[in-house]
Amino acid sequence: MAQLGWLVPLLPALSALVLAFWGKRLARQGDWLGTGAIAASWLLSLGILADVMVNGSTSALRFEWARFAAAPGQAIQSLGLGLQVDALAAVMLVVVTSVSLAVHVFSMGYMEGDARYKRYYTMLSFFTFSMLGLVLADNLLLLFIFWELVGLASYALIGHYYERPEARYASMKAFLTTRVGDVAMFVGILLLFRELGTFRFAEIVEAIEHGAVAPHVLTLAAVLLFGGAVGKSAQLPLHVWLPDAMAGPTPVSALIHAATMVAAGVYLVARAYGIFAPSADAMQVVAWIGGLTAIFAATIALVREDIKQVLAYSTVSQLGYMMMGLGLGAYTAGFFHLTTHAFFKALLFLASGSVIHAMHHVQDMHRMGGLLRKMPVTGLTWLIGAAALAGIPPFAGFWSKDEILLAAYHSSTPALYWIGTVAAVLTAFYVTRATWLVFFGQPRDRHLYEHAHESPAVMTGPLVALAVPAALIGFWNSPLSGFAFGHLIFFHEVHEAEPSMTVTALAIGGALLGVLAALAIYAWRIVPAATVIRLAGPLYTLLKRKYFVDELYHWVFVRGTMALARLCAWLDQVVVDGVVNGVARFTQGLAEGSHLVDQQVIDGAVNLTASGTVAAGNQLRRAQVGYVQAYALTLFASVVVGLIIFTIGG
Amino acid sequence: MIPLSWVVATSAILFGLGLYGALSLRNAVRILMCIELMLNSVNLNLVAFSRYLHPDQPRGLVLAIFIMTVAAAEAAVGLAIFLTIARNRTDIDVDKIQLLKG
Repeated sequence: MAQLGWLVPLLPALSALVLAFWGKRLARQGDWLGTGAIAASWLLSLGILADVMVNGSTSALRFEWARFAAAPGQAIQSLGLGLQVDALAAVMLVVVTSVSLAVHVFSMGYMEGDARYKRYYTMLSFFTFSMLGLVLADNLLLLFIFWELVGLASYALIGHYYERPEARYASMKAFLTTRVGDVAMFVGILLLFRELGTFRFAEIVEAIEHGAVAPHVLTLAAVLLFGGAVGKSAQLPLHVWLPDAMAGPTPVSALIHAATMVAAGVYLVARAYGIFAPSADAMQVVAWIGGLTAIFAATIALVREDIKQVLAYSTVSQLGYMMMGLGLGAYTAGFFHLTTHAFFKALLFLASGSVIHAMHHVQDMHRMGGLLRKMPVTGLTWLIGAAALAGIPPFAGFWSKDEILLAAYHSSTPALYWIGTVAAVLTAFYVTRATWLVFFGQPRDRHLYEHAHESPAVMTGPLVALAVPAALIGFWNSPLSGFAFGHLIFFHEVHEAEPSMTVTALAIGGALLGVLAALAIYAWRIVPAATVIRLAGPLYTLLKRKYFVDELYHWVFVRGTMALARLCAWLDQVVVDGVVNGVARFTQGLAEGSHLVDQQVIDGAVNLTASGTVAAGNQLRRAQVGYVQAYALTLFASVVVGLIIFTIGG
Repeated sequence: MIPLSWVVATSAILFGLGLYGALSLRNAVRILMCIELMLNSVNLNLVAFSRYLHPDQPRGLVLAIFIMTVAAAEAAVGLAIFLTIARNRTDIDVDKIQLLKG
């Protein structure tokens, strides 16, 4: 079964091609084709995962892409690309195809009647193909190619409602911001290629284990690679694009900006773990960036009004958790959190999509409320997702988050453990706040409430389907299953962290604290939200304005670029144009001088000749008296004079 | 035989008369006639010198014949010009024929 890995991305690719060219002619604009292709891919992925889990089989498919010599006369090198299926890829395949399938089905309801329905499904198929290719790539180059393709799909889907300016700007912002990280990543890839002459993960890791790369070069390469992950996974300081990316359709947010593409950065670190792990400094960078992102984004999520914004910052925060886990050496825990997060966050996003659909595209939570009665399926599935996110046992998030915190607790940097724990409290708080504001309490907008309705089965179906893994998948890596996930996904050796009652108790206590605090403020109104806001004062403004990061970037980068452009324009106008104009002026002067010589000297000589001739003629004409006899007399006189001279001279 | 000096003197007087007439008269035909007179005085000169210096050779006589031929042609051309002038203008007074005056 594992040998069929190449078929998994191929099916969505074919579907994307067919939809792109013939989508309009197909029944229902071909949504069934995209969904069918991804369903087949999903079944294949499940088969592959089972095969990998039971038989431990892996497979690789390689082909030569290019032959080249680094310089004329040097040995010909062969550049191979390939796909590989191993445990990591198999799990990721299942995650991607599951969420993608749910989103495909959900979109049939959510996007119904959309003006660009075909384009939407085409790009969804295209994205799934790219993401699956990224998962299967066995080398950095192919991974980078797919990495850019998912970025392209993300760009196109964020900008799906491109008649709205904010969607256009958001898609550009996402594309450009991730590009910053991608440049670093590409430099890192080339650095490794220069050192080792290969792009393949297996060969790179093997060479590093043999000490083929100097430690500082390795650290540099790892940090540069991590730069790509920072961009894609919206880590500090390149997190700004992800909240804006919520301008895209909500199912897209669920698929790309919660479950899969943003997790690609985490996947990259996991996939290239052999490059990161030997460099303690690089690992520290990963861990700290992740930890800081986790708490930073969680604090911003506390005060968002837009339901999707809460989830967006929550995603940034949870991605930070994953990075922190990987950076602390908790390879299994980090990747496990990716897996659980994909399911429960996709569930939360789709549930929010269902709510937004019912609310006629109102996203402000303060206009919702009491929706559980109107939308029981959406509400209950949301509750499962929220509990998973908050880390309430036994839901999925509890198990994976607990393991990361455990790793942080045992690590040499206890600060990260406390950061993680505080972020967990904050997470529980904001998700409870969102839950209460949306589904409980009194409806705040009576008109919207009365028009709200439960979504059709095509939308609630995927919610229920995702709620199952969101609730249960945590047991995959729990004592109940004998840590089956940890025996499947591990780095070098199975690592079973020593369980700590302190960590677990604090994690559960923290989650409950967050939940109770949120309920106290929003449900029981012991301390009303307005009072908290007044007490927080400037801190609230700071959070509300997202730490002014957007403003900072606007001032530094946007304005900076504009200023640079103006400087260049000035240089261009003054210096370059000055030189050009100087040359022109010099030529003009030369021409004028030449003109002067031509007019005065040459024409003067010509005119002098002419006027001299005229003057001579005027003088000579007096001799022409017109009397024939005068001429005759002159003639005779001349003869006489001539004769006299002749005679005397003779 | 008449001395040569008399003939030469006669010729000189004739030439002087012709020259005077050619330079002083206004009528073109008269001027032409005076020119003929001057040519004939030259002819007389030539014939006289031929007779006195080389009576056995006709060289001077031949030259006189040539001059008479040329004089006839000149008279024909001159009269033709005057005839044309007379047709275009009322008279042939040479003082009035001065179109080429500078």
